[in-house]
Amino acid sequence: MSKYSALALLRGALTGQKHWQPAWRDPEPKKSYDVVIIGGGGHGLSTAYYLAKHHGIRNIAVLEKGWIGGGNTGRNTTIVRSNYRQPALHNFFDFALKLWEGMSDELNFNVMFSTRGALFLGHSDSDMTQLAQRGDALTCDGIDAELLDREQVRRLVLNLDMSRDARFPIHGGLTQRRGGTARHDAVAWGYARAADALGVDVVQNCEVTGFEMAGGRVTGVETSRGRIGAGRTGICVAGNSGPVAGLAGIKLPIEAQTLQAFVTEPVKPMIDTVIMSQSLHCYISQSDKGGIVLGGDPDQFPSYAQRGLAPRIEKAAAEAIALVPALSRLRMVRCWSGTTDMSFDGSPIISALPVDNLYLNGGWCYGGFKATPGSGFAYAQLLATGTSHPLAAPFAFDRFARGATIDEAGVGPWPQLR
Amino acid sequence: MLLISCPHCGERAQVEFTYERTLDSVVTLAMPPEDAMRALYERANPRGLDDELWRHSYGCRQWLLIRRNRTTHAIESVKAR
Repeated sequence: MSKYSALALLRGALTGQKHWQPAWRDPEPKKSYDVVIIGGGGHGLSTAYYLAKHHGIRNIAVLEKGWIGGGNTGRNTTIVRSNYRQPALHNFFDFALKLWEGMSDELNFNVMFSTRGALFLGHSDSDMTQLAQRGDALTCDGIDAELLDREQVRRLVLNLDMSRDARFPIHGGLTQRRGGTARHDAVAWGYARAADALGVDVVQNCEVTGFEMAGGRVTGVETSRGRIGAGRTGICVAGNSGPVAGLAGIKLPIEAQTLQAFVTEPVKPMIDTVIMSQSLHCYISQSDKGGIVLGGDPDQFPSYAQRGLAPRIEKAAAEAIALVPALSRLRMVRCWSGTTDMSFDGSPIISALPVDNLYLNGGWCYGGFKATPGSGFAYAQLLATGTSHPLAAPFAFDRFARGATIDEAGVGPWPQLR
Repeated sequence: MLLISCPHCGERAQVEFTYERTLDSVVTLAMPPEDAMRALYERANPRGLDDELWRHSYGCRQWLLIRRNRTTHAIESVKAR
Protein backbone atom coordinates (compact mmCIF):
# COMPACT_ATOMS: atom_id res chain seq x y z
CA MET A 1 0.00 0.00 0.00
CA SER A 2 1.46 3.33 -0.99
CA LYS A 3 0.95 6.02 1.59
CA TYR A 4 -1.40 8.89 0.79
CA SER A 5 0.33 12.22 1.37
CA ALA A 6 0.59 15.73 -0.03
CA LEU A 7 3.99 14.81 -1.46
CA ALA A 8 2.56 11.72 -3.21
CA LEU A 9 -0.20 13.88 -4.70
CA LEU A 10 2.35 16.38 -5.96
CA ARG A 11 4.54 13.64 -7.40
CA GLY A 12 1.46 12.14 -9.07
CA ALA A 13 0.54 15.51 -10.51
CA LEU A 14 3.94 15.71 -12.19
CA THR A 15 3.87 12.14 -13.51
CA GLY A 16 0.44 12.08 -15.15
CA GLN A 17 -1.46 10.66 -12.14
CA LYS A 18 -0.16 7.16 -12.91
CA HIS A 19 0.62 6.39 -9.25
CA TRP A 20 -2.92 5.46 -8.19
CA GLN A 21 -3.52 1.85 -7.13
CA PRO A 22 -6.62 0.00 -5.94
CA ALA A 23 -7.17 0.72 -2.23
CA TRP A 24 -7.39 -2.98 -1.44
CA ARG A 25 -6.79 -6.26 -3.28
CA ASP A 26 -9.56 -8.48 -4.65
CA PRO A 27 -8.29 -11.86 -3.43
CA GLU A 28 -9.67 -15.32 -4.10
CA PRO A 29 -10.71 -16.80 -0.75
CA LYS A 30 -8.16 -19.28 0.66
CA LYS A 31 -9.03 -22.79 1.91
CA SER A 32 -8.99 -21.69 5.53
CA TYR A 33 -8.22 -18.81 7.85
CA ASP A 34 -7.40 -18.41 11.55
CA VAL A 35 -10.29 -15.98 11.86
CA VAL A 36 -13.23 -15.53 9.50
CA ILE A 37 -15.32 -12.39 9.99
CA ILE A 38 -18.76 -12.48 8.38
CA GLY A 39 -19.73 -9.00 7.29
CA GLY A 40 -17.59 -6.33 5.63
CA GLY A 41 -19.19 -3.28 7.15
CA GLY A 42 -17.33 -0.77 9.28
CA HIS A 43 -17.46 -3.04 12.33
CA GLY A 44 -16.22 -6.16 10.51
CA LEU A 45 -13.40 -4.30 8.77
CA SER A 46 -12.28 -2.49 11.92
CA THR A 47 -12.32 -5.83 13.75
CA ALA A 48 -10.01 -7.31 11.09
CA TYR A 49 -7.75 -4.26 11.26
CA TYR A 50 -7.33 -4.39 15.05
CA LEU A 51 -6.91 -8.18 14.99
CA ALA A 52 -4.04 -7.81 12.55
CA LYS A 53 -2.54 -4.73 14.19
CA HIS A 54 -2.79 -5.51 17.91
CA HIS A 55 -3.05 -9.29 18.12
CA GLY A 56 -0.57 -10.39 15.47
CA ILE A 57 -3.13 -12.52 13.64
CA ARG A 58 -2.70 -11.96 9.92
CA ASN A 59 -4.51 -14.96 8.42
CA ILE A 60 -7.92 -13.29 8.44
CA ALA A 61 -10.76 -13.08 5.95
CA VAL A 62 -13.60 -10.57 5.94
CA LEU A 63 -16.48 -12.01 3.92
CA GLU A 64 -18.91 -9.47 2.49
CA LYS A 65 -21.99 -10.59 0.57
CA GLY A 66 -22.17 -7.35 -1.41
CA TRP A 67 -19.51 -4.70 -1.78
CA ILE A 68 -17.56 -2.63 0.75
CA GLY A 69 -19.57 0.41 1.76
CA GLY A 70 -22.80 -0.96 0.29
CA GLY A 71 -24.51 -2.04 3.50
CA ASN A 72 -25.47 -0.28 6.73
CA THR A 73 -22.11 1.52 6.79
CA GLY A 74 -23.46 3.78 4.04
CA ARG A 75 -27.03 3.87 5.39
CA ASN A 76 -26.85 6.03 8.49
CA THR A 77 -26.74 9.68 9.47
CA THR A 78 -22.99 9.66 10.31
CA ILE A 79 -23.37 11.03 13.85
CA VAL A 80 -20.63 10.29 16.39
CA ARG A 81 -21.11 10.91 20.13
CA SER A 82 -20.76 9.19 23.49
CA ASN A 83 -23.34 11.00 25.65
CA TYR A 84 -25.35 8.07 26.99
CA ARG A 85 -26.69 8.00 30.51
CA GLN A 86 -25.78 4.38 31.38
CA PRO A 87 -22.10 4.00 32.43
CA ALA A 88 -21.63 0.76 30.45
CA LEU A 89 -22.75 2.60 27.33
CA HIS A 90 -21.03 5.95 27.73
CA ASN A 91 -17.73 4.39 28.78
CA PHE A 92 -17.79 2.10 25.75
CA PHE A 93 -18.82 4.82 23.30
CA ASP A 94 -16.30 7.28 24.74
CA PHE A 95 -13.55 4.71 24.21
CA ALA A 96 -14.75 4.61 20.60
CA LEU A 97 -14.84 8.42 20.43
CA LYS A 98 -11.16 8.57 21.43
CA LEU A 99 -10.36 6.20 18.56
CA TRP A 100 -12.40 8.40 16.19
CA GLU A 101 -10.23 11.37 17.15
CA GLY A 102 -7.11 9.70 15.79
CA MET A 103 -8.68 7.62 13.04
CA SER A 104 -7.70 9.60 9.94
CA ASP A 105 -4.04 9.62 11.01
CA GLU A 106 -4.06 6.00 12.05
CA LEU A 107 -5.63 4.74 8.82
CA ASN A 108 -3.88 7.24 6.53
CA PHE A 109 -7.35 7.92 5.12
CA ASN A 110 -9.36 11.09 5.56
CA VAL A 111 -12.57 9.99 7.27
CA MET A 112 -13.60 13.65 7.57
CA PHE A 113 -14.27 13.34 11.30
CA SER A 114 -15.62 16.72 12.31
CA THR A 115 -16.05 17.63 15.99
CA ARG A 116 -18.86 20.06 15.37
CA GLY A 117 -20.60 19.08 18.60
CA ALA A 118 -23.72 17.07 19.35
CA LEU A 119 -26.55 19.02 20.95
CA PHE A 120 -29.59 17.52 22.65
CA LEU A 121 -32.46 19.98 22.90
CA GLY A 122 -34.65 20.23 25.99
CA HIS A 123 -38.28 21.20 25.38
CA SER A 124 -39.64 21.20 28.94
CA ASP A 125 -38.58 21.36 32.57
CA SER A 126 -38.59 17.58 32.76
CA ASP A 127 -36.43 17.36 29.61
CA MET A 128 -33.96 19.73 31.24
CA THR A 129 -33.93 17.64 34.42
CA GLN A 130 -33.18 14.52 32.41
CA LEU A 131 -30.46 16.29 30.42
CA ALA A 132 -28.89 17.60 33.65
CA GLN A 133 -28.90 14.08 35.12
CA ARG A 134 -27.33 12.71 31.97
CA GLY A 135 -24.72 15.46 31.98
CA ASP A 136 -23.89 14.68 35.62
CA ALA A 137 -23.55 10.97 34.86
CA LEU A 138 -21.17 11.76 32.00
CA THR A 139 -19.11 14.29 33.95
CA CYS A 140 -18.68 11.83 36.83
CA ASP A 141 -16.94 9.51 34.35
CA GLY A 142 -14.80 12.30 32.93
CA ILE A 143 -16.75 12.62 29.69
CA ASP A 144 -17.48 16.09 28.40
CA ALA A 145 -21.03 17.38 28.70
CA GLU A 146 -22.19 20.94 28.97
CA LEU A 147 -25.67 22.02 30.02
CA LEU A 148 -26.81 25.08 28.08
CA ASP A 149 -29.58 27.50 28.92
CA ARG A 150 -32.00 28.87 26.35
CA GLU A 151 -29.81 31.85 25.52
CA GLN A 152 -26.73 29.70 25.01
CA VAL A 153 -28.66 27.41 22.64
CA ARG A 154 -29.87 30.45 20.72
CA ARG A 155 -26.28 31.59 20.20
CA LEU A 156 -25.10 28.09 19.22
CA VAL A 157 -27.76 27.37 16.59
CA LEU A 158 -28.94 30.48 14.81
CA ASN A 159 -31.84 28.97 12.87
CA LEU A 160 -33.88 27.38 15.65
CA ASP A 161 -37.45 28.51 16.22
CA MET A 162 -36.97 30.26 19.57
CA SER A 163 -40.27 32.10 19.50
CA ARG A 164 -42.60 31.84 22.49
CA ASP A 165 -45.28 30.07 20.45
CA ALA A 166 -42.88 27.55 18.87
CA ARG A 167 -44.40 24.11 18.44
CA PHE A 168 -41.51 22.63 20.42
CA PRO A 169 -40.39 25.36 22.84
CA ILE A 170 -36.68 25.30 23.61
CA HIS A 171 -35.73 25.49 27.28
CA GLY A 172 -32.06 24.66 26.83
CA GLY A 173 -29.83 21.80 25.81
CA LEU A 174 -26.96 19.47 26.59
CA THR A 175 -24.02 19.53 24.24
CA GLN A 176 -21.04 17.27 23.80
CA ARG A 177 -18.50 19.36 21.95
CA ARG A 178 -16.25 16.38 21.09
CA GLY A 179 -19.14 14.76 19.21
CA GLY A 180 -19.83 15.37 15.56
CA THR A 181 -19.98 13.58 12.25
CA ALA A 182 -17.73 11.55 9.95
CA ARG A 183 -17.86 10.49 6.31
CA HIS A 184 -19.41 7.04 6.70
CA ASP A 185 -18.21 5.21 3.61
CA ALA A 186 -14.72 6.65 4.04
CA VAL A 187 -14.63 4.82 7.36
CA ALA A 188 -15.31 1.50 5.63
CA TRP A 189 -12.87 2.26 2.82
CA GLY A 190 -10.18 3.41 5.26
CA TYR A 191 -10.44 0.30 7.41
CA ALA A 192 -10.59 -1.97 4.33
CA ARG A 193 -7.45 -0.40 2.93
CA ALA A 194 -5.56 -0.47 6.25
CA ALA A 195 -6.61 -4.07 7.00
CA ASP A 196 -5.66 -5.16 3.49
CA ALA A 197 -2.22 -3.58 3.95
CA LEU A 198 -1.75 -5.80 7.02
CA GLY A 199 -2.54 -8.92 4.96
CA VAL A 200 -6.27 -9.30 5.66
CA ASP A 201 -8.24 -10.78 2.74
CA VAL A 202 -11.26 -8.57 2.09
CA VAL A 203 -13.50 -10.86 0.02
CA GLN A 204 -16.48 -9.17 -1.62
CA ASN A 205 -19.48 -10.85 -3.28
CA CYS A 206 -19.12 -13.77 -0.91
CA GLU A 207 -22.29 -14.62 0.99
CA VAL A 208 -22.21 -17.01 3.93
CA THR A 209 -24.94 -19.63 3.49
CA GLY A 210 -24.19 -21.99 6.36
CA PHE A 211 -21.85 -23.08 9.12
CA GLU A 212 -19.77 -26.22 9.11
CA MET A 213 -19.98 -27.83 12.53
CA ALA A 214 -18.00 -30.71 14.00
CA GLY A 215 -18.18 -31.89 17.60
CA GLY A 216 -20.36 -28.97 18.68
CA ARG A 217 -17.97 -26.35 17.33
CA VAL A 218 -17.87 -24.25 14.21
CA THR A 219 -15.02 -25.31 11.93
CA GLY A 220 -15.82 -23.29 8.85
CA VAL A 221 -18.40 -21.52 6.76
CA GLU A 222 -20.18 -22.46 3.56
CA THR A 223 -20.29 -19.54 1.17
CA SER A 224 -21.45 -18.64 -2.30
CA ARG A 225 -17.75 -19.01 -3.27
CA GLY A 226 -17.22 -22.41 -1.67
CA ARG A 227 -16.30 -23.78 1.72
CA ILE A 228 -13.88 -21.80 3.86
CA GLY A 229 -12.32 -23.30 7.00
CA ALA A 230 -12.12 -21.12 10.09
CA GLY A 231 -10.40 -21.26 13.46
CA ARG A 232 -12.74 -18.75 15.02
CA THR A 233 -15.75 -17.26 13.27
CA GLY A 234 -17.16 -13.86 14.10
CA ILE A 235 -20.63 -12.81 12.99
CA CYS A 236 -20.65 -9.06 12.36
CA VAL A 237 -23.67 -8.47 10.16
CA ALA A 238 -25.88 -6.08 12.16
CA GLY A 239 -29.23 -5.94 10.42
CA ASN A 240 -28.96 -9.61 9.52
CA SER A 241 -27.75 -11.06 12.83
CA GLY A 242 -30.95 -13.07 13.30
CA PRO A 243 -30.82 -15.01 10.01
CA VAL A 244 -27.04 -15.57 10.18
CA ALA A 245 -27.08 -16.80 13.81
CA GLY A 246 -30.10 -18.87 12.78
CA LEU A 247 -27.80 -20.79 10.39
CA ALA A 248 -26.10 -22.11 13.55
CA GLY A 249 -29.44 -22.84 15.21
CA ILE A 250 -29.25 -19.89 17.60
CA LYS A 251 -32.14 -17.53 18.32
CA LEU A 252 -31.18 -14.01 19.40
CA PRO A 253 -32.92 -11.30 21.40
CA ILE A 254 -33.07 -9.20 18.26
CA GLU A 255 -35.76 -8.02 15.87
CA ALA A 256 -34.95 -6.35 12.55
CA GLN A 257 -36.52 -2.95 11.93
CA THR A 258 -36.21 -0.41 9.15
CA LEU A 259 -34.70 2.98 9.89
CA GLN A 260 -34.91 5.79 7.36
CA ALA A 261 -32.87 8.90 6.76
CA PHE A 262 -33.26 11.79 4.34
CA VAL A 263 -31.16 14.52 2.80
CA THR A 264 -32.10 17.84 1.25
CA GLU A 265 -30.54 19.66 -1.66
CA PRO A 266 -27.19 21.24 -0.73
CA VAL A 267 -27.17 24.77 0.64
CA LYS A 268 -24.62 27.12 2.16
CA PRO A 269 -23.53 26.35 5.74
CA MET A 270 -26.53 26.97 8.02
CA ILE A 271 -26.28 24.36 10.79
CA ASP A 272 -22.82 23.86 12.23
CA THR A 273 -23.59 21.35 14.97
CA VAL A 274 -25.63 18.15 15.23
CA ILE A 275 -29.11 18.98 16.57
CA MET A 276 -30.97 16.17 18.28
CA SER A 277 -34.12 15.94 20.28
CA GLN A 278 -34.81 12.84 22.30
CA SER A 279 -38.37 13.88 23.09
CA LEU A 280 -39.08 13.98 19.36
CA HIS A 281 -36.37 11.53 18.26
CA CYS A 282 -35.34 13.79 15.43
CA TYR A 283 -31.75 14.54 14.42
CA ILE A 284 -30.48 17.16 12.02
CA SER A 285 -27.02 17.92 10.72
CA GLN A 286 -25.46 19.44 7.63
CA SER A 287 -23.12 17.33 5.55
CA ASP A 288 -19.83 18.70 4.26
CA LYS A 289 -21.46 18.78 0.82
CA GLY A 290 -24.19 21.09 2.15
CA GLY A 291 -27.21 18.78 2.28
CA ILE A 292 -29.25 18.79 5.47
CA VAL A 293 -29.30 15.21 6.78
CA LEU A 294 -32.40 14.21 8.75
CA GLY A 295 -33.34 11.10 10.65
CA GLY A 296 -36.25 9.97 12.74
CA ASP A 297 -37.78 6.91 14.36
CA PRO A 298 -37.42 3.34 13.14
CA ASP A 299 -40.56 1.81 11.65
CA GLN A 300 -41.39 0.11 14.98
CA PHE A 301 -42.36 -3.25 13.56
CA PRO A 302 -40.11 -6.00 12.21
CA SER A 303 -38.94 -5.50 8.63
CA TYR A 304 -36.06 -6.33 6.30
CA ALA A 305 -37.59 -4.37 3.44
CA GLN A 306 -34.79 -1.76 3.15
CA ARG A 307 -37.42 0.68 2.02
CA GLY A 308 -39.21 2.95 4.37
CA LEU A 309 -42.75 4.11 4.76
CA ALA A 310 -44.07 7.57 3.94
CA PRO A 311 -45.43 8.39 7.44
CA ARG A 312 -41.86 8.37 8.79
CA ILE A 313 -40.71 10.89 6.17
CA GLU A 314 -43.65 13.11 7.03
CA LYS A 315 -42.99 12.92 10.77
CA ALA A 316 -39.25 13.57 10.53
CA ALA A 317 -39.76 16.46 8.09
CA ALA A 318 -42.52 17.99 10.23
CA GLU A 319 -40.35 17.87 13.35
CA ALA A 320 -37.28 19.23 11.58
CA ILE A 321 -39.27 22.12 10.09
CA ALA A 322 -40.84 22.89 13.47
CA LEU A 323 -37.36 23.10 15.01
CA VAL A 324 -35.66 24.90 12.09
CA PRO A 325 -38.39 26.66 10.06
CA ALA A 326 -35.93 27.66 7.29
CA LEU A 327 -35.74 23.99 6.26
CA SER A 328 -39.27 24.25 4.83
CA ARG A 329 -37.78 26.01 1.80
CA LEU A 330 -35.51 23.07 0.91
CA ARG A 331 -36.30 20.20 -1.42
CA MET A 332 -35.73 16.69 -0.15
CA VAL A 333 -33.57 14.97 -2.75
CA ARG A 334 -32.99 11.51 -1.39
CA CYS A 335 -34.12 9.10 1.27
CA TRP A 336 -32.67 5.75 2.19
CA SER A 337 -33.26 3.07 4.75
CA GLY A 338 -31.23 0.45 6.53
CA THR A 339 -32.11 -2.63 8.49
CA THR A 340 -31.34 -2.25 12.18
CA ASP A 341 -30.76 -5.02 14.67
CA MET A 342 -33.12 -3.89 17.41
CA SER A 343 -31.95 -5.71 20.53
CA PHE A 344 -34.31 -6.24 23.45
CA ASP A 345 -32.62 -3.80 25.82
CA GLY A 346 -31.40 -1.35 23.19
CA SER A 347 -27.74 -2.24 23.76
CA PRO A 348 -25.33 -4.21 21.56
CA ILE A 349 -24.19 -7.79 21.97
CA ILE A 350 -20.43 -8.42 21.74
CA SER A 351 -20.08 -11.94 22.97
CA ALA A 352 -19.25 -15.60 22.55
CA LEU A 353 -22.29 -17.64 21.49
CA PRO A 354 -23.47 -20.98 22.92
CA VAL A 355 -21.66 -22.79 20.05
CA ASP A 356 -17.86 -23.07 20.40
CA ASN A 357 -15.68 -20.89 18.16
CA LEU A 358 -18.64 -18.75 17.17
CA TYR A 359 -18.93 -15.12 18.25
CA LEU A 360 -21.43 -12.34 17.73
CA ASN A 361 -21.14 -8.60 17.31
CA GLY A 362 -24.61 -7.19 16.66
CA GLY A 363 -27.74 -5.70 18.14
CA TRP A 364 -26.55 -2.14 17.59
CA CYS A 365 -30.09 -0.84 17.19
CA TYR A 366 -29.84 2.55 15.45
CA GLY A 367 -26.51 3.49 17.08
CA GLY A 368 -23.87 1.34 15.44
CA PHE A 369 -22.01 3.89 13.33
CA LYS A 370 -20.56 5.86 16.22
CA ALA A 371 -19.29 2.62 17.78
CA THR A 372 -17.35 1.48 14.70
CA PRO A 373 -13.75 1.74 15.98
CA GLY A 374 -14.54 0.75 19.59
CA SER A 375 -16.65 -2.16 18.46
CA GLY A 376 -13.87 -3.44 16.20
CA PHE A 377 -11.26 -2.99 18.91
CA ALA A 378 -13.26 -4.90 21.53
CA TYR A 379 -14.44 -7.60 19.13
CA ALA A 380 -10.86 -8.15 17.92
CA GLN A 381 -9.79 -8.79 21.50
CA LEU A 382 -12.65 -11.26 21.98
CA LEU A 383 -11.85 -13.10 18.73
CA ALA A 384 -8.12 -13.19 19.47
CA THR A 385 -8.20 -14.22 23.12
CA GLY A 386 -11.67 -15.67 23.70
CA THR A 387 -12.21 -13.25 26.58
CA SER A 388 -14.08 -9.96 26.50
CA HIS A 389 -12.52 -6.54 26.55
CA PRO A 390 -13.49 -5.06 29.97
CA LEU A 391 -15.55 -2.32 28.31
CA ALA A 392 -17.45 -4.90 26.23
CA ALA A 393 -18.00 -7.39 29.08
CA PRO A 394 -21.39 -5.88 30.08
CA PHE A 395 -22.64 -6.61 26.55
CA ALA A 396 -22.51 -10.41 26.91
CA PHE A 397 -25.16 -12.58 25.27
CA ASP A 398 -26.30 -14.07 28.59
CA ARG A 399 -27.13 -10.72 30.22
CA PHE A 400 -30.82 -11.20 29.42
CA ALA A 401 -30.96 -14.51 31.28
CA ARG A 402 -29.00 -12.96 34.18
CA GLY A 403 -31.34 -9.99 34.39
CA ALA A 404 -28.41 -7.65 33.74
CA THR A 405 -29.86 -5.76 30.80
CA ILE A 406 -28.53 -2.30 29.89
CA ASP A 407 -31.70 -0.46 29.04
CA GLU A 408 -31.02 3.22 28.31
CA ALA A 409 -34.62 3.90 27.31
CA GLY A 410 -36.08 1.91 30.20
CA VAL A 411 -38.80 0.22 28.16
CA GLY A 412 -38.06 -3.46 28.81
CA PRO A 413 -37.81 -6.23 26.25
CA TRP A 414 -39.93 -4.45 23.60
CA PRO A 415 -37.82 -3.16 20.72
CA GLN A 416 -40.86 -1.56 19.04
CA LEU A 417 -41.08 0.89 21.98
CA ARG A 418 -37.51 2.12 21.61
CA MET B 1 -47.47 2.29 3.68
CA LEU B 2 -49.17 -1.02 4.39
CA LEU B 3 -52.86 -1.45 3.75
CA ILE B 4 -54.21 -3.70 6.48
CA SER B 5 -57.59 -5.31 6.07
CA CYS B 6 -59.07 -5.26 9.57
CA PRO B 7 -61.71 -8.03 9.87
CA HIS B 8 -63.86 -5.63 11.92
CA CYS B 9 -63.38 -2.31 10.09
CA GLY B 10 -62.22 -3.15 6.57
CA GLU B 11 -59.15 -1.81 4.81
CA ARG B 12 -57.31 0.82 6.79
CA ALA B 13 -53.90 2.53 6.62
CA GLN B 14 -51.11 0.96 8.61
CA VAL B 15 -50.62 4.10 10.74
CA GLU B 16 -53.85 3.15 12.54
CA PHE B 17 -52.26 -0.07 13.80
CA THR B 18 -49.63 -0.88 16.41
CA TYR B 19 -47.31 -3.85 16.27
CA GLU B 20 -47.27 -5.68 19.60
CA ARG B 21 -45.14 -8.83 19.40
CA THR B 22 -44.67 -12.09 17.57
CA LEU B 23 -47.23 -14.75 18.32
CA ASP B 24 -44.61 -17.13 19.74
CA SER B 25 -43.50 -14.54 22.31
CA VAL B 26 -46.75 -14.46 24.25
CA VAL B 27 -45.99 -15.42 27.85
CA THR B 28 -48.64 -17.26 29.84
CA LEU B 29 -48.89 -17.53 33.62
CA ALA B 30 -48.66 -21.31 33.43
CA MET B 31 -45.25 -21.27 31.72
CA PRO B 32 -42.20 -22.52 33.62
CA PRO B 33 -39.69 -19.64 34.06
CA GLU B 34 -37.25 -21.02 31.45
CA ASP B 35 -39.98 -21.13 28.81
CA ALA B 36 -41.15 -17.64 29.76
CA MET B 37 -37.60 -16.28 29.43
CA ARG B 38 -37.25 -17.97 26.07
CA ALA B 39 -40.54 -16.51 24.85
CA LEU B 40 -39.56 -13.04 26.08
CA TYR B 41 -36.01 -12.96 24.77
CA GLU B 42 -35.64 -15.23 21.75
CA ARG B 43 -36.87 -14.59 18.23
CA ALA B 44 -36.51 -16.46 14.97
CA ASN B 45 -36.61 -13.02 13.32
CA PRO B 46 -36.96 -14.58 9.83
CA ARG B 47 -36.40 -12.84 6.51
CA GLY B 48 -39.83 -14.04 5.50
CA LEU B 49 -43.20 -14.92 6.97
CA ASP B 50 -43.97 -14.67 10.65
CA ASP B 51 -47.12 -14.50 12.78
CA GLU B 52 -47.53 -11.25 14.65
CA LEU B 53 -50.00 -9.68 17.04
CA TRP B 54 -51.08 -6.18 16.07
CA ARG B 55 -53.71 -3.87 17.51
CA HIS B 56 -56.07 -1.60 15.61
CA SER B 57 -55.22 1.21 18.04
CA TYR B 58 -56.92 4.05 16.17
CA GLY B 59 -59.88 1.99 14.98
CA CYS B 60 -61.79 -0.77 16.71
CA ARG B 61 -58.96 -1.33 19.25
CA GLN B 62 -59.19 -5.09 18.68
CA TRP B 63 -56.23 -7.45 18.65
CA LEU B 64 -55.38 -8.96 15.28
CA LEU B 65 -53.21 -11.83 14.15
CA ILE B 66 -51.27 -10.81 11.06
CA ARG B 67 -49.16 -13.14 8.96
CA ARG B 68 -46.75 -10.93 7.10
CA ASN B 69 -43.64 -11.21 4.95
CA ARG B 70 -40.92 -9.09 6.52
CA THR B 71 -38.92 -8.66 3.34
CA THR B 72 -41.68 -7.80 0.87
CA HIS B 73 -44.20 -6.36 3.38
CA ALA B 74 -46.85 -8.57 1.72
CA ILE B 75 -49.64 -9.48 4.14
CA GLU B 76 -50.81 -13.06 3.77
CA SER B 77 -53.67 -12.98 6.25
CA VAL B 78 -55.31 -10.86 8.94
CA LYS B 79 -57.46 -12.66 11.47
CA ALA B 80 -59.50 -11.52 14.43
CA ARG B 81 -58.17 -12.71 17.76
